[in-house]
Amino acid sequence: MRRLNRDRLTAIALISPSAILIAIFVYGFIGFNGYASFTRWDGLLPDFTWVGLRNYEKLFASQRFQIDIANIFTFTVLFIPACLILGLLWAVLIDQRVKGESFFRSIFLFPMAVSAVVVGVVWRWLLAPGTAATGSYGLNLLLEQIGLGILKNGWYTDPQIGIKAVVIAATWQMSGYTMAMYLAGLRGISEELREAARIDGASELQIYQYVVLPLLQPITLSATIILGQIAINVFALVVSMTGPGPGFSTDVPSLFMFDTTFRGSNFSQGAAIATIMLLFISGLVIPYLIHTSHNEVQA
Amino acid sequence: MNIFRFRFYRLFIYTILSLATLLYLLPVYVLLVTGFKSFQEVNLATMWQLPTQIGIESFVRAWNGNESQGFTGLAGNFLNSVYLTVPATLISAMLGSMNGYVFAKWKFRGSEILFPAFLFGMFIPYQSILIPLVSVLQKMQLYGSIPGLIFVHVVYGIPITTLIFRNYYAAVPTELIEAAKIDGASLLGIYRWILFPISIPGFVVVLIWQFTAIWNDFLFGVIVTSRPAVQPISVALNNLAGSYVVEWNVQMAGALIAALPTLLVYIFLGRYFVRGLLAGSLKG
Repeated sequence: MRRLNRDRLTAIALISPSAILIAIFVYGFIGFNGYASFTRWDGLLPDFTWVGLRNYEKLFASQRFQIDIANIFTFTVLFIPACLILGLLWAVLIDQRVKGESFFRSIFLFPMAVSAVVVGVVWRWLLAPGTAATGSYGLNLLLEQIGLGILKNGWYTDPQIGIKAVVIAATWQMSGYTMAMYLAGLRGISEELREAARIDGASELQIYQYVVLPLLQPITLSATIILGQIAINVFALVVSMTGPGPGFSTDVPSLFMFDTTFRGSNFSQGAAIATIMLLFISGLVIPYLIHTSHNEVQA
Repeated sequence: MNIFRFRFYRLFIYTILSLATLLYLLPVYVLLVTGFKSFQEVNLATMWQLPTQIGIESFVRAWNGNESQGFTGLAGNFLNSVYLTVPATLISAMLGSMNGYVFAKWKFRGSEILFPAFLFGMFIPYQSILIPLVSVLQKMQLYGSIPGLIFVHVVYGIPITTLIFRNYYAAVPTELIEAAKIDGASLLGIYRWILFPISIPGFVVVLIWQFTAIWNDFLFGVIVTSRPAVQPISVALNNLAGSYVVEWNVQMAGALIAALPTLLVYIFLGRYFVRGLLAGSLKG
């Protein structure tokens, strides 16, 4: 019994350094940031005069933040389904016992290994529309050359498109992720189950509709949470690809936070933006964490 | 299904996959073709054409910089990223391994709450900790330095490395641990003699994951290091690409240089990369 007690203490001693770091650098800092968002700290020198909700009121009244919220909403509702649909499509196609399976898998997944800055730099040139004087650049030029000139447009330089152009690059980078998740899920579905459905007279399409897809639902949930988290936190891709864009048409809250805090020294406003981002993420992630750890206790 | 329809069906699948492959490789094609063109040949109007002769001037300039234009190359920043990524990856893997071991095999009262509390740290928008992070790093004399960045990556790498190792060790039969306990082995003894020796695949997964994440990080780099001389390559690449004096072919070459280490890891150890990806997202 003695021995067990000592081990118990060792266990806690092993975990402690990390637990203390997480307590300070995650929870303590979040608390401090939340507190700062209620103060008048709008210059280089900290000023902790309590101003209540004033920073939030100003923020929601500011045009840039209103556009940012609309942009991040557009980004999220396009990015998540795009990654889910493409990921599922590639996974189902690859799962048809194709030759060169690992080749295709690697191709769809490699953009994930590359940094968002690299992706941003490359896609900035691909989606640069060109000017009347210089002629078309990038994708516009390619479209012209293969006779699809009708699809040419201003991409991220067109305020009507704006953030949607960034979704293209983000989906290119992340759809392989959902493919890998779905593929792992498909491999987990036993062949006997599909065979049984086949014997019952189900067509291949019906097998997917009634057997495979329902079994993939937990994966869709996990993928949605993770993609949602990526979408709300998007930063490096936007910075390197477009910046805030004309009329803030490609701006996002993370970029506004960075600008106002570290370039404009308006710390309390930056803290308020960060708090709102954190609330979005928490609404998404906390129910998921509770759900998964609850399931685990039962399992 | 008759044989004709079957053939057609296979052809259809391969056609779609091949077209998708072309689309996914489009940016790589531009990157390579542009990087390897000579300066005379680089022209936005012919950006989709293959080079008539191979030149590596763009890479040389991206690496060394160009004094007359007043921009420094990526060479120093590449090294900064190496000095940053290697120690940060090793330390966070060690921490993750110990944490994962305790969470998987030595659950204590409160550990079922502490574990998700750890995990939450990998989802947070880092914006929500940046302001206090900068002032605390300044007080610790770590701000603006590579050791400071190492520290930051170790701290915020704890959740993911703990998760991957916990799931890895959870698959080890508890009977093995119980038997060792009966034989009188202590917690550390069990780790040292039983779990650590079978941890190599877990370490490979975590090391690759952290290497990729830290090498590719931009946010912490740009916040913690403001002097160009200590900045990691992702920040330097963004500066290079944001500069009007740097030709776009040099930017493309720089992007390839910045992407190369993680791409090589992916090409040679892709299997482990995928495992880390899934371990980080799915329950073990």
